[in-house]
Amino acid sequence: MSTITDIQNEIVAEFEILGDDRESTIFYIMELGGNLKPYPEDFRKDEYIIKGCQSTVWLLAEEKEGKVHYQADSNTDITKGLISLLIRVLNQRSPKEILEADLNFIPRIGMGNILGSQRSNGLVAMMNQMKRYALAFQTKQNA
Amino acid sequence: MPIDVNFIRNQFPLLHQEVNGNPLIYFDNAATTQKPKVVLDAIQRYYEIDNSNIHRGAHTLADRATQHYEETRESIRAFIGARESAEIIFTRGTTEGINLVAKTFGSTFIQKGDEIIISTLEHHSNIVPWQMLCEQNGAVLRVIPINDAGELVLEEFEKLLSPKTKLVSIVQASNALGTINPVKRIIDAAHAVGAKVLVDGAQSASHLEVDVLNLDCDFLVFSAHKLYGPTGLGVLYGKRELLEAMPPFLGGGEMIQEVTFEKTTYTNIPFKFEAGTPSIAEVIAFKPALDFITSTGKATIHRHEHDLLKYTVELLQDVKGIIPVGTATEKIGVFSFNIQSMHPFDVGQLLDAKGIAVRTGHHCTQPLLKRLGLEGTVRASFAVYNTQAEVEVFAEAVTKIAKLKNK
Repeated sequence: MSTITDIQNEIVAEFEILGDDRESTIFYIMELGGNLKPYPEDFRKDEYIIKGCQSTVWLLAEEKEGKVHYQADSNTDITKGLISLLIRVLNQRSPKEILEADLNFIPRIGMGNILGSQRSNGLVAMMNQMKRYALAFQTKQNA
Repeated sequence: MPIDVNFIRNQFPLLHQEVNGNPLIYFDNAATTQKPKVVLDAIQRYYEIDNSNIHRGAHTLADRATQHYEETRESIRAFIGARESAEIIFTRGTTEGINLVAKTFGSTFIQKGDEIIISTLEHHSNIVPWQMLCEQNGAVLRVIPINDAGELVLEEFEKLLSPKTKLVSIVQASNALGTINPVKRIIDAAHAVGAKVLVDGAQSASHLEVDVLNLDCDFLVFSAHKLYGPTGLGVLYGKRELLEAMPPFLGGGEMIQEVTFEKTTYTNIPFKFEAGTPSIAEVIAFKPALDFITSTGKATIHRHEHDLLKYTVELLQDVKGIIPVGTATEKIGVFSFNIQSMHPFDVGQLLDAKGIAVRTGHHCTQPLLKRLGLEGTVRASFAVYNTQAEVEVFAEAVTKIAKLKNK
């Protein structure tokens, strides 16, 4: 199975095809959001929200057979696209892999510049929350 | 006479740049306007030649700085048609102006059970200070409703008025929708029940004729940075008798007559409300901004911006998926809209990729957006230096985005 680093390299290569054009990059990200599995409505509650300034993210994590399964949704398409990438990188991995992951693909695909500080902060919050879930599952596994 | 836009654009250095590989189109003027070179030069010149603390120094530089500072006060007086320059108070901005009135006029003349009227169109800065006052002294906040076009329902306003009404604090032009309110009618009706009126001119002062004597408003507030002037500076106009009856806002230097440890007496208006060293450079550089507006002509500016709005509506009204928000008959140059099935933030980000600067979100008017059943809008707002060609590029970009989800 490919590693987190492999998948990140894969994503970077895909975005390289788009070149420097911001508009195409954003359009592509928005399209990627469409790949997200529908978010279970029962979990569209405040306790699953990661609140950014203008966009809202719902994030849910479950542990199955030692692997973390994420599901997420957002009210904005760009955020949805970014989440779909994060899930592609981190989904169905062990808490240990997730906690040790060096998530560096966002700046490498040029999204750091495009997002601006507001959305970048939201993204960091999202990554932190994903790791926090992993930590919780790891603690449980080790208990 | 139509505006020579190229002549005007050449006076604004910032406009001549590329953003994300495209010529900048700056349509976020309701948030802040760009500054003409004369304003930038005035700031530079102040620090290079005149920098000195005002009103106190017994030397030439202090005299020069004071003179230029007071010249701006006089320019503002003329700009809004006030009787005397003592009625012009410098603040840090519209928000501070409203807070000043809430804290001083409000705490002195508004008691438990009295009523303050605002409207659904207000910016948070004309809501929160009154809520704070009401919490403190038990006064009651009343809100004028709007219709679906974003216009005040004046019949309802008249029903809210009573002898209990002590203050009506109303925006002249809505920042989120652009609606121009009939403030003269509101002021007359409020005065008829003995209430005072504060006009929030943040969005109107650079576009509309604002004549305080003609309007007969009791207070007017606005910010310099939305009138092609520097940031961190605002104006509070108040009628002399009110300003004199109000207690000071902040205590400190400049605002005193005599200080002893037993008792301090306060100096006269306007200085009573100007504690501490003010934003001297900004005040001085605001005068050329006002001169720029006056020499261009407010009516000319308003007509130009209105033409840009009309053209935008023309180009976008039949595009599938575009939902204009705020369709009042009387509007300043603000085009607020949504695209079906798209979040405003995403639209803003896509426009930014094309070098087009707009505002997205709730525009600090959450109660208004809630009333309209929206989370936010995309807002394009025009200024004197914007062009029809820019509107065309904007409309083309918006149309392309709308087609993504509205085929």
